[in-house]
Formats: sequence, C-alpha cells, structure tokens
Amino acid sequence: MTTAVDAAVVRVFRDEWGRIVATLIRVTGDWDLAEESAQEAFTRALGRWRRDGIPSNPGAWLMTVARNLAVDIMRRAKVGEAKQGEATVFTIADEAGDDSGIGDDRLQLIFTCCHPALRLEAQVALTLRTLAGLTTREIARAFLVSEQTMAKRVVRAKAKIRNAHIPYRVPPAHLLPERTVAVLGVVYLLFNEGYAATAGVDLVRESLCDEAIRLGRALAELMPDEPEVLGLLALMLLHHARREARVDDAGVLVPLEEQDRTRWDRDVIGDAIGLLDAAGRRGEPGPYQMQAAIAACHATAAEATLTDWGEIVRLYGRLCEVVPNPVVALNGAVAVAMAVGPAAGLVLLDQLEAQGTLEGYRLLPATRADMLRRLDRLDEAAVAYQRAIELAATDAERRYLARRLTETARHAEIAGDLG
Amino acid sequence: MRYVLMSCTDEEAFAVLGPEARSALVAENLGFAVEMVRRGVVLSGERLRPTSDATTVRVRDGEVLVADGPFAETKEQVGGYYVVECADLDEAIEVASKIPAARSGLVEVRPIWER
Repeated sequence: MTTAVDAAVVRVFRDEWGRIVATLIRVTGDWDLAEESAQEAFTRALGRWRRDGIPSNPGAWLMTVARNLAVDIMRRAKVGEAKQGEATVFTIADEAGDDSGIGDDRLQLIFTCCHPALRLEAQVALTLRTLAGLTTREIARAFLVSEQTMAKRVVRAKAKIRNAHIPYRVPPAHLLPERTVAVLGVVYLLFNEGYAATAGVDLVRESLCDEAIRLGRALAELMPDEPEVLGLLALMLLHHARREARVDDAGVLVPLEEQDRTRWDRDVIGDAIGLLDAAGRRGEPGPYQMQAAIAACHATAAEATLTDWGEIVRLYGRLCEVVPNPVVALNGAVAVAMAVGPAAGLVLLDQLEAQGTLEGYRLLPATRADMLRRLDRLDEAAVAYQRAIELAATDAERRYLARRLTETARHAEIAGDLG
Repeated sequence: MRYVLMSCTDEEAFAVLGPEARSALVAENLGFAVEMVRRGVVLSGERLRPTSDATTVRVRDGEVLVADGPFAETKEQVGGYYVVECADLDEAIEVASKIPAARSGLVEVRPIWER
C-alpha cells in the first residue's frame, strides 16, 4: 500500500505540481507562498493517502488542500498586520470552483517565467522550479552551479517579477508570437542541456530531456493551434526516440549512420510524425517544424544509406533562410556532403570558416575531420580530429573522436606503407 | 505602478548633428511626449542638459567634494527622463520602445520604490 501511495504521489506530483503552483500564484499573487503551500499539500497527501487510500481525483484533493493552506497562511498574516494597527480587508483574487479544467493557469505561469525582462538562466530556473517542481538543489546540479548561486538566481527573479510588476498573464495578441518564441526557446534549451549530457555522469541532467518533453506536451495541450509548439514537441520526441541507440555499452557516442535502428522507439517516432503532420496542415512553417522535418527524414529511413539527403539539403536551405545561423549552415554543409559528396561539403565548410563566426565551435573541426577522412586526406583529418578532441564537450564525444582518430591514424599508416 | 524611463544616448553623436537633423530629433521627441501625455501615461518628464554641464557632489568625512562631470564616463549618458504611470512592466516596455532614444541609444526602465 505504502509503495502504491508513494508511486501515486510521484505520478500526481509530475502531473499536477505546475498546475497547482500556477493557480496558487494567481489566487495569492505570492510565488513563495504558492510553492510552500503546494509542497505542504504533497507532504500531507503522503500521510493521508497511506491511511485513507488514494482519493478518486488526487489532483483536485491536492488543489483543495494547497489552496486552503495558502488561504490560512494569508489570513494569519493579515491578522498579524491588523494587530499592528493596519486595517486590511482580506481578499482573495478569485471565486472557488474555476480551477478544474477550463482555464489552465500553467500557461500564464510559463509566459511569466520566460519574460524577456528576466535573464535567460533565471527564466530556465524559474520554469523548472515552478512548473516542473524541481528543487533548487536539482536545478543547481543540472546547470553545474552551486545551490547557493541557483537559490540567489531564483530569489532575484521572483523579486523582479514582484517589484517591476511583470504581469502574470498570457501576453496579448500583438506580443504573443515573440513571447511564444521565448517560451519555446527555454523549453528547447532545457532539452538540449539534457541531450548533451546523455551518458554523462549525471542523471539529473539527463532527466532535463524528460522535463522538457513534459513541458512541451503541456504547451501543445494548452496551445494546440500553434504549429511551432507542435513542431518543437515533435523535434524533441524525434531526438528522444533515438536515445537508446546513441551510446554504446562502453559509453561511446554512436554516430547516426552507425546506430542500431531497431533500438529506436518506433511509437515515439510515430507520435512525433503525427504532430508534425498536424502542424504542417496549418500552413505556417517555422524553424522548429523544419528541424523536426529534418529529424523525421532520419527517423523514417530504414537504413542510413536510404536517408533522403536531397530532401534534407532542401530543408536546411529553407531553415537557413529563416534562421541565418552559422551552426545551421554547418549542418547544411554536412547534408550537402552526404547528398553530393564530401568535396562539395568541404567547399561550404571553407566558406563558413572564412566568415570566422564559428571560431572555437567544437563541431567545426569534428565536421572537417569527417569530410577529410572520407576524402582520404588522412593526415589532415588526423590533425582536425586532434583539435576536435581538445574542444569536445562530453566524455562520450571525446571517446568517439578518439576512436576516429585512431582509425584514421591506422589507415594513414597503411596508406603510407603501400605508398 | 510608476516607472522612471531614462533615455540614454550618445551625446557626442548628437553634438555633431546638423541643425536640421537636430530639430527633426527634437520634434520627434516632442511628438512622443504629446502622444503619451494625451494617453495619460506621462506624469512628468524633462530633458537634461548634457554631461558637460554636470556636477558631481560627494561628502566624505564631512567634507563636501565637488567635481565637474557625470558620475560615470560612459559612451551613453542619461539625457532625459519620464515618470510614467503604467499597468505593468509590459506597458512600460511598450512606452519605452516608442521613445526616439531607444533607437539610437537605450532606455532604462526602473520601477519607482512604492511604499
């Protein structure tokens, strides 16, 4: 029974934390009070549900308990103030009963957390704390800063929301597009933080992928008419579907073309493609939909050699138009190398390098090395691999590059012997 | 909710403007002020003389120390301010974005410390 209750509380926590906190912030206007009351409600649920069983609607039970706790604390605070001679009328910002289903406060919460007047790292931290329910310690570990630094960041952001009157609402229509881009950017940043850490040492960082996908699902549910919201969710799911195949048993990163495609999660890929189709029917293409379409080309190729590189090159061309970004251009060059040949890719790479905007970007030498290797320019390839290893971000990446370097050096030796 | 919007611009860039460009800029600022006063947003506001006319005052150990110049030598300097009454930060940002200085320099939005 106890384990069943614990599991139920964990599940409800995931599903309901953000909703409860969001509603309590609207009702009380106090972020700390909202979090404390939600926390206490979950603590009480553990005790009560063990004794009385799990209620039929755990979310509603928690919402009621958390709301009553918040109201009690506010009332006591007001009484305290009144005793000091300040006559205050106790008010609560809404009527009971509208917190079940119709309006969802999570949307205004995420827009407030991702307000551009807050620093990006504060946006990320607030989103994880208030919507996903991660503790400050977990967030600090995920972003490799001390708990104290992260706590300060969150406190400062909440103070600014309060003092500068950052509104707690879904932005009006004329601000919605740019603010939605900001929200999606935060969610995708979370996902990428987790994705880059896969097979790293820290599971907390990996779980960021799950949190990002959960947030993406919530957004898709709340903004079903926004094609880019669906596009982002599809994109994250397509990457996530390959997670089992991305790293081998020794923890070495496996490149896409060598991955065991039977280990890709077909159900997740199917869901993602369904989302992408739904988004596409709205006829408003955007960068997330395009990136998801590229990921879908890979995910639906039965073998690496059957990948539709021509289509991928076309999609990168469109993406470069809307997101003129050197990293996108670099990936486009990789696609051209696959579609046309490594020599064509290398020409584009030289152009990019000449622009100088990718100076120090770790994937530039790695990409160059791969193209040189495929052109049999092995000595140059070895030098580029060496440089890529110096810049590698994770151990898995470093091990993969080291493996390539060894292979290249061996081939260069054999070629030398023959020559 | 009251905010102070501080217009920060490059004084030297303004100083080298021709008379026509200068009066166009003044007219543009006046246009903004009139629009915002009509809208009922502006409580007060002034244009400041350049930092070449600024004086800095410090008191150390009871002694008044007076110096020529602004508090910090930066490229962009506060050239004027508005006190505005806005519903929230989003409205203050919207108003600030319409100040001509926002295009050449920047506008700092600071909430007033309300009791």
